[in-house]
Amino acid sequence: MPSLKDLKNRIESVKSTRKITKAMQMVAAAKLRRAQEAAEQARPYTERFNAVLGGLAASVGGSDSAPLLLRGTSSDQVHLLVVMTSERGLCGGFNTNIVKRARARIIELVAQGKTVKILTVGKKGRDQLKRDYAKHFVGHVDMTEVKNVGYADAQGIAKDVLGRFDAGEFDIATIFYARFQNVVTQIPTAQQIIPADFDAPEDAGASTLYDYEPSEEAILADLLPRGVATQIFAALLENGASEQGARMSAMDNATRNAGEMIEKLTIEYNRSRQAVITNELIEIISGAEAL
Amino acid sequence: MADTIQFDLVSPERSLASHAVKSVSIPGADGDMTAMPDHAPVITTLRPGLLKAEANDGVTEYVVSGGFAEISPEGISVLAERAIPRSTITQADMDSLMAEAQSRYDQAKANFQNEPGPVDDAVKLLSDMVAVGDEIGLAAKQPNL
Repeated sequence: MPSLKDLKNRIESVKSTRKITKAMQMVAAAKLRRAQEAAEQARPYTERFNAVLGGLAASVGGSDSAPLLLRGTSSDQVHLLVVMTSERGLCGGFNTNIVKRARARIIELVAQGKTVKILTVGKKGRDQLKRDYAKHFVGHVDMTEVKNVGYADAQGIAKDVLGRFDAGEFDIATIFYARFQNVVTQIPTAQQIIPADFDAPEDAGASTLYDYEPSEEAILADLLPRGVATQIFAALLENGASEQGARMSAMDNATRNAGEMIEKLTIEYNRSRQAVITNELIEIISGAEAL
Repeated sequence: MADTIQFDLVSPERSLASHAVKSVSIPGADGDMTAMPDHAPVITTLRPGLLKAEANDGVTEYVVSGGFAEISPEGISVLAERAIPRSTITQADMDSLMAEAQSRYDQAKANFQNEPGPVDDAVKLLSDMVAVGDEIGLAAKQPNL
């Protein structure tokens, strides 16, 4: 049975924890709004870009002269997995879910006898994957210093990935990130970026016949590397929003749990206080009776 | 004939402009072009340069770099990797653009020893940058070729 003083200290410490989680929740909410705005503002660019690129890819694709980034290296032996996670913890299952998704893919690929290479973005994913797959690591991108994800960050990662592709280090690249659905739901997603994979060839592309300046092939060769950066940028933004969303709901839970705990501890405190008083009364009464 | 057309200028981070215009001058990779309503549908890549959008209430200019423009019957959309309104561009922006072009050039030179193609492209990129600097009156640091 803890003493009254212990209980009192315990209640105080849980109260200050609750204050911290509450503050973190509010900070996450504010950051979430900003992250969502950023994601929203980037959407028109990504959509237009993919529409045009999809149209181009549909008309040039298939021919032997198509750029490697579109056609692939006609092999699928070496896979590069780009796993994007957050730099900070305390965001519920956010990082674990992405890593779990990546891990499942790694196990699947290894079972098929493929070579797996891992590039991580964000410290948390690196820490989790390093334990089991240290020998597959080819690199890590540190985002600790980055406060607001900018396009330049995505360009940096894209440059790294494209450099490796040009050097023939891998055949297929896939990015792993969490797509933001709402504050409680973030969906861990795997998306193939090299060779470029466009969902559903645009039927809009068929209705308008464009002139291309310079040639279709030249435009495609210019745009595909940018497409990689664009996709990475979109994924980074989604991930940013997801992280804040996950943190917000995790901290909301923590705040609620702390509240429950305080209630329970307070009841226990009051009970033992009363027990002490009762004890004292009994002592006094039995003392008086003895006289 | 409609005398205005929808114009959108978007960069990866945000949308900079979306309104009706009378004409847009685009620094295309193969030369400047001015697109007006009922222009033939064209997709062109951009070189670094000045983009001019003429609306009913005046001309707005943007410094753009990298990306492409899509001219379709519905509108003109320019997707630029970097786009900065001319009125707000600073020497620091210009320097960072220059530094980017310079590093592209250095890299091309290091990677392709005897292939003129990529190096020439990078040289062109650099000189385009300098031209932009001259035009808007911001000193572009002389490139180090």
